[in-house]
Parts: sequence; C-alpha cells; structure tokens
Amino acid sequence: MAQLIFTQQLARFLAVPTLETSAGVLRAALEQAFAGQPRLRSYVLDEQGHLRANVVIFIDGQRSRERQLLDDVLRADSKVYILQALSGG
Amino acid sequence: MSDHAYLATRKGLFELTRNADLWQLGARHFLGDPVSMLLADGRDGSLYVALHLGHFGPKLHCRRAGSHDWTELAVPAFPAKPADSEDPLEWKVQQIWSLAAGGNDQPGVLWAGTLPGGLFRSDDYGLSWQLVEALWQVPERAQWMGGGYDVPGIHSICVDPRDSNAVLVGISCGGVWLTTDGGASWQLRAEGMRADYMPPELAEVQALQDPHRIVRCAAEPDKLWCQHHNGIWRSLDNGAHWQEIRPAQVSNFGFVTAVHPLDGETAWFVPASADSQRIPPQAALAVTRTTDGGHSFSAWRGGLPQQHCYDLVYRHGLAVSADGRLLLMASTTGGVWLSEDGGGQWQTIATHLPPVYAVSFA
Repeated sequence: MAQLIFTQQLARFLAVPTLETSAGVLRAALEQAFAGQPRLRSYVLDEQGHLRANVVIFIDGQRSRERQLLDDVLRADSKVYILQALSGG
Repeated sequence: MSDHAYLATRKGLFELTRNADLWQLGARHFLGDPVSMLLADGRDGSLYVALHLGHFGPKLHCRRAGSHDWTELAVPAFPAKPADSEDPLEWKVQQIWSLAAGGNDQPGVLWAGTLPGGLFRSDDYGLSWQLVEALWQVPERAQWMGGGYDVPGIHSICVDPRDSNAVLVGISCGGVWLTTDGGASWQLRAEGMRADYMPPELAEVQALQDPHRIVRCAAEPDKLWCQHHNGIWRSLDNGAHWQEIRPAQVSNFGFVTAVHPLDGETAWFVPASADSQRIPPQAALAVTRTTDGGHSFSAWRGGLPQQHCYDLVYRHGLAVSADGRLLLMASTTGGVWLSEDGGGQWQTIATHLPPVYAVSFA
C-alpha cells in the first residue's frame, strides 16, 4: 500500500493522519484522503483542483511536477509527502 | 461607548480592551498566521476572521457570540473557468480583502470581496458562498487592473441601511459599482472621478478608477467618502456623482478614510506624501478631519509620532466607533493609536506589532 504523509504544519488546523492507499495515481490517492477529511481538500488544492502554488508533493524522493492533472503513477510501496513549499514563506 | 476592538495583523488577530481608562492589548488568536480581514458583526455578535495562509490559501473562521471556540467556515471560491474564456485571470481566490454584514433584515447574509475582484454572498452565516455572477460578468471587467496587488480586488462593500438589496462596492482598480436588486444587476457609479495614472483620454473612464477606500455614513446613507488614488472625493447622492475635494491640507494622497456614523459631513483621512513616496509627509504622522463636508480640514498630530515616522495606514487601518467618538488607527509597520475625542488627541497602544491590515471596534 502506498503511504500519504501530510506535513504536520497542517495539524494546527485539522487532523491529518497518514493514509495508506491502494490508489495507483496521485489524484485518486488524494481523493481518498479528502473523503476521510473533507476540509483537507482546500488546504492542498485550490478551487480549480490544482495543487496550491505553495504546496509541494514528493513521490519516492522525486518532486511531482504535474500540478494540475496530478496524474503521477504510484507504486504499491510509494511514499508520498505533501509538504509546504518554502516559496510560501 | 465601545470598550473592545480587534486588530487583524500579519501575525495573527489581537484583541484590544478598555480596562477602566486604559486600553490594553489582550487575547491573541491564530498567532503567526496572516489575518487579511475581519468582521465584527453587530447583528449577532459573531466575529469573522479571514486568514491568508502562505501555503494553504485563504481560510475563514468564526467565533459566535458568547463562545471561546473558533469554527472554520467555507471559503468563497470561483466556479470553473469556461474553456473558451478569454479572461487572462486565474479564477482562484487569492485573498479575502473585504467582509461586510448584510442588512439587519437579512440575518445570516454576508458579503466578501476578494483578490481577484470577485464579490461573494453567503445566506447562511458563511457556511456556503456564491459568486455574484452578474458583477463578475460585466463587460467592463476586462478593463479592471491591479491596484496595490497584481490583480484587481474588492476592498469596500457598503450595504445601504435603508435597503439591504442595495450594495455599493469599490474596486482597485475597477471603479465603483452599485446594485439595487441584491446583486442581480450592477451599474457603474464613479462619475466625476479622475485617474491621473492613465493616458488623458482614459482618465475619466469609470471602470478604470482606483478608489482606495469608500465609506458610507450610516445615518445619512447617500453621503459617501472616498480616498482615491488621485485625491479625495465625496458623493451626496449614493455615488451617482462624485465631487473632488481639494483642501489646502497636508496631502491628498492616502489609502484610508472613515466617516462619522451620525454625521455625513465629518470624515477622517490619514495622508501620505504621494504615490511615488508612500510615507507620512515630512515623516510626521497626522490625521486630518473635516466637519463641514470637505470645505475645511484640520490636521491633528497630538500623541502621534512627529519624527522619523514611516508608518502607512492602509485601506482598512482606521475605524470609528458607532457614536463617532473613538478612533482606532494602525499601520503597516505595527503602530497602533487610539483617540477618545474624535481624533484630536491620540494615545499610543503599540509601536511594534506586526503589520496591521484591518482594525474594527466590536
């Protein structure tokens, strides 16, 4: 199962437990997280469903570059970190 | 008389309380987070706070009267931009720049102005928001442009106390707009304003005006005041016509104005030198006041720093209490001052708070 690990900076606003997912694509994995915590969506994505400008996602050590489709493929043992980008201050 | 106030700052929300004769900073909330706007809703005592999180976007929280707890609410959001749209803007709320309560006969109605220049309405105390499509779709929006930010923004929302469906908004830079049907249709209301930053042939185009701040007198709702990028204007007919005020005062440039809630002839301004030098004239802070509709002004300096002062008071940095006696002023460099005599004498509340974006009496 792939793991989604959210920055604990979000813990000031809402609970963000690590999620294990069988989803094979990044967006589907994120949707699973949002289903369990609906408020999380607006912290990670903007209203157009794009990754927020100052949020960054690393998948198995590689920075995700596709910020609108979020169509990166996940492996069964992928580790996905959703972090604050330092460009946001 | 008010004995409580709020400061929205770059590093959190601060409460200010009058204890006996002393005003003191008190409780802090959202410490470390930018608070872009607040609304102390006099209808039911709710306090709404808009956050502008650098990483995680705009957020809205509410504390109901009598409660110590904050609840996160929905945030205004744009619909999907049509695929064939020629609008160069991203339809994404960057920041909540203004909040206003609906009329007393519309409990639960809230208005929010955003960057970019969307106006949103909630009918359920902020649990959900709808874009006011009719204003977003006016053809003149193609002329709007950034003023202070890269994108246009709605900073002033003036609900008419005589008719809750009549709302006037100010846009930097997009002029002044009025609806009389709750937002279903809109008309420009910036006739008489002048934009010296445009080519001469465009200076009087209403949709290009940059009203930095517009306020409405509660007791005389047809009387509006505007600190514009190019000076001071007032209207006596709910924005149908604007007259420039050219007083021999410190400076006509600035960002903020406040009007006496009971007297539409009395208004305050905080001058800056010029748009090319955004500091107090001679680095000495002054508040100017007219009590005769702009025929004359007095400059008040008592208690305000008069040497090496570079504080700028931004659009929402000056508030007046409901009786017109108290004034609260705060700056982009963390200075906070309060007057209990209508601006004649000021007491220093703080000199090194975070940059202050908005102030309000409870």
